[in-house]
Amino acid sequence: MSAPTLASFDATAAWQLSEQVSLRDESFGALAYHHGNRRLVFLKSRELVEVVRALSGHESARATVAALVPELQRSNYEAALASLAVSDVLNVR
Amino acid sequence: MSADVTLRDRFERGLAAPICLTWELTYACNLACTHCLSSSGRRDPKELTTPEALGLIDEIAAMQIFYINIGGGEPMIRSDFFQIIEHAVDRHVGVKFSTNGTRIDPVVARRLAAMDYLDIQISIDGADAATSDKIRGLGTYDQARRAMDNLKDANFGQFKISVVMTRDSVEQLDAFEELARGYGAELRLTRLRPSGRGVDVWDQLHPTRQQNRDLYYWLLDRPNVLTGDSFFHLSALGTPLDGLNLCGAGRVVCLIDPVGNVYACPFVIHDEFLAGNIRAAGFDAVWTNSELFRSLREPGNPGACGSCGSYDACRGGCMAAKFFTGLELTDPDPECVFGHGETALAAKRVEIRPTPSPDHSRRTKVILGTR
Repeated sequence: MSAPTLASFDATAAWQLSEQVSLRDESFGALAYHHGNRRLVFLKSRELVEVVRALSGHESARATVAALVPELQRSNYEAALASLAVSDVLNVR
Repeated sequence: MSADVTLRDRFERGLAAPICLTWELTYACNLACTHCLSSSGRRDPKELTTPEALGLIDEIAAMQIFYINIGGGEPMIRSDFFQIIEHAVDRHVGVKFSTNGTRIDPVVARRLAAMDYLDIQISIDGADAATSDKIRGLGTYDQARRAMDNLKDANFGQFKISVVMTRDSVEQLDAFEELARGYGAELRLTRLRPSGRGVDVWDQLHPTRQQNRDLYYWLLDRPNVLTGDSFFHLSALGTPLDGLNLCGAGRVVCLIDPVGNVYACPFVIHDEFLAGNIRAAGFDAVWTNSELFRSLREPGNPGACGSCGSYDACRGGCMAAKFFTGLELTDPDPECVFGHGETALAAKRVEIRPTPSPDHSRRTKVILGTR
């Protein structure tokens, strides 16, 4: 499956951290490295890192965000997940 | 990717582990390039043993360092070269290695092509034999091209052609691009540093200010050309080049040399920038606790560059380039795009240039092509 565009990100799908990606905690959040395309991606908050790690335990990206993020911030988190999906850090499981 | 300013500030305060760790496997080399950063030639008798090298990879994996850049010397000269890189890949540590290509025959090329998570950089210093051999030695260009042919024939996939930008090679940018396209390869350009033996040739070989300007605009049009963040000093000209655009020494990068010494970056193999040795307490301890690295992670003193409107773009440039041309670390980069570095160099009444501490150059020079 090809990577989605920002607009086509499906938050109702079941997403996970790509098996090709290593995630390393840092003081500002985490660094993600994609071993396939050799891209380095910066996750700029620890809360976002928690959400990413929790993805595989929920039925959808939206459900993950709903479980971990206060209501007012949820759209921001979905947008962040969308950009991670675009860079292949996340894929549909 | 271009990091935003706050993220760059975080990077300058250091990371839990390096993003980019260079490990020179050996000081032994079958070539004697005039600009060698590590003054390589002869093996050092104290180089890490195979068990030590494998142990280091285990530690690198535990620190979640995503990939390592392997160099030398000529890394493929080590008899345990494949054992080392296969161990890394098995531990999910990606390997990028730089080679002169002389050891990549058809059999070796097929073995390399069978591996995952492996990037290969083949070095040339000109788009033709005459230009390249002048720096790397007679016959080396053809040998590198044979290695590229062998990788292509073995269906290795996309390898990288790595070129140091000199006054001569910078005139051949389009030819390098063409060469890379012909192989389906990526082009990687890096900056000539006055480090190692490079100190002897830097004055004659570093690009002129006009050439650096031309290079900047050429790179700006070609974000797919890799630079290893080499040219961030040129970002003072305007739009930042692709990359983090900061000096990562001791903050996001460092170097482990063949005897286990840890230096702040690959371009400062000198006692002044020695953080420690991995044989004492391991690499993590050096990375985390070294006094040198801790001081590099403190907010920098912009020095003479503080009043320049472009300081945010270039951060004063490359520490190694300053140090080995005899400038203070608070001086502008010797190749400052506005010429402030040239002024600072000219103002020095006496130039005292530090020489690299360990020198593994062969005592008898191999015969180099002089064109």
